[in-house]
Amino acid sequence: MTNETTTRPSSILAPDTPPEKDTVIKVDKLSLTFQTNDGPVHALEDINLEVERGEFVSLIGPSGCGKTTLLRVIADLERQTGGSITVNGVTPREAREKRAYGYVFQAAALYPWRTIARNVALPLEIMGLARAERTRRVADNLALVNLQGFERKYPWQLSGGMQQRASIARALAVEPDLLLMDEPFGALDEIVRDHLNEQLLQLWAKTNKTVVFVTHSIPEAVFLSTRIVVMSPRPGRIHDIITSNLPKQRSLDIRETPEFLKIAHRVREGLRAGHSYED
Amino acid sequence: MSAAADIIGYTPARPGMVTRFFRSSFVAVTVIVLAIIVIWYIAATFLNSPWQYEVFARAGEKPGVIEFVEATWSQERPVLPSPHQVGEELYKTIFETAPTSKRSLIYHGWITLSSTLLGFVMGTALGILLATAIVHVASLDKSLMPWIVASQTIPILAIAPMVIVVLASVGLTGLLPKAIISTYLSFFPVAVGMVKGLRSPDPINLDLMRTFNASRPQTFWKLRWPSSVPYLFVSMRVAVAASLVGAIVGELPTGAVAGLGARLLTGSYYGQTVQIWSALVLASVLAAVLVTLVGIAQRIVMRLMGVRA
Repeated sequence: MTNETTTRPSSILAPDTPPEKDTVIKVDKLSLTFQTNDGPVHALEDINLEVERGEFVSLIGPSGCGKTTLLRVIADLERQTGGSITVNGVTPREAREKRAYGYVFQAAALYPWRTIARNVALPLEIMGLARAERTRRVADNLALVNLQGFERKYPWQLSGGMQQRASIARALAVEPDLLLMDEPFGALDEIVRDHLNEQLLQLWAKTNKTVVFVTHSIPEAVFLSTRIVVMSPRPGRIHDIITSNLPKQRSLDIRETPEFLKIAHRVREGLRAGHSYED
Repeated sequence: MSAAADIIGYTPARPGMVTRFFRSSFVAVTVIVLAIIVIWYIAATFLNSPWQYEVFARAGEKPGVIEFVEATWSQERPVLPSPHQVGEELYKTIFETAPTSKRSLIYHGWITLSSTLLGFVMGTALGILLATAIVHVASLDKSLMPWIVASQTIPILAIAPMVIVVLASVGLTGLLPKAIISTYLSFFPVAVGMVKGLRSPDPINLDLMRTFNASRPQTFWKLRWPSSVPYLFVSMRVAVAASLVGAIVGELPTGAVAGLGARLLTGSYYGQTVQIWSALVLASVLAAVLVTLVGIAQRIVMRLMGVRA
């Protein structure tokens, strides 16, 4: 794999101020083809994307557009078959080995035999941190997701939304600069989802992390993101990248504003266009 | 009581005391036990009557029905001893004989139990070890698993004497050879169950460990091993019963010195059917107790692991 750090294609977001530019993820002409019994499946094709530090980027698209696959390539859970990708300037594998990111899955994936506190402590045990440091980080991150007082509960004693919050605390406990989230609220009902979206935005503002967020909900993508990447299926490509001009501080009310609806409309148009030459 | 029930003035009928009594598991168990005893008595009467006819015919007596039936239940060497004969023999050999005596069933039961437990522990350990290897080394799944399955298709009665003879020739006698036969029978369910158990974590949980950059031992101890615990206990239940069978079979070719297997063998040499049956009853009680103990251990462990009861 080649790391092209000298030449970088112009990003749509960043103005020409190279010294301040701090690219976390750089994807260049990336493609991924799965070999199956029914022949090759082009999950990703010609993906070009740069994510800057502190951005909140959403990947949105219909099922099969490769948005989750792209996230998994960033996380080194899949390997690309063409093109290049760097995370923090190194390969995804090296980034994973340095525990550069926290990954939140669609399901909370908490271990039923561990209490909430011990679930959050799991990556810290694997990292070999001292007990005192583990205790501190568990307490800090449970507080961050408003789960104080639930340390000794088992996962089945918590609601779905609380379980997903615990899994976010577990991802944050590693103290990564990058948070990768794969439809984390997809399985929750809309009221809980709205609430968690608001909390996630506050968390993002507080911690100033870079977030890549996979979703298939237009309101969720527009509400959360500074940039929205619209993808289309078969082969999975980037159809449109929309930069949001909404203020960083947002409340759920913003969804009624014309600016919000305008962005949502453009996302919807993009999704529709991506689909039309498909069927 | 709900408000609706107050208004309508109707409460769903709670089953009466009699109904609840007959639905309880105590009744179910008692009925089954009684049924077995009744069938046993009837079978004893029919199976022992040919011999009993001869006895009365030779003596020239003409017994009444009750006298005849009672006689079939109290033969010295019946084809099928009646339940109370087995009960008396059990009482005599368990409570009225010193546990150190060779006539005590406690003595023989203990010998069988000790090789059962040793074989069970070794078999469980071997099963876990094999399963761990198979789960971690892909080629072992294809190369080792067929041998494990094939090992169980060989009749244990055929292989047991050879194991005993081979081990005796290198100076190993007593507990260990019998325990090895128990191991041979008990490692199989554990190996098969644990291969399944160690592979039971969801892909998402394995991915999670990968994002934490966990090493293979860390993934094993923090994910695969705890996930496999329910599978381990289910296979241990089967394994402990198989161990007991192995221990008894292992005692048969040793020239019948001691143990429940020895009681079965001497019983059949001398036509002591009462002795055979009391050894069989004790063996099945032992098996039931062992399986129950594994079940209790499972419940304790699962509770400690915080699994919803």
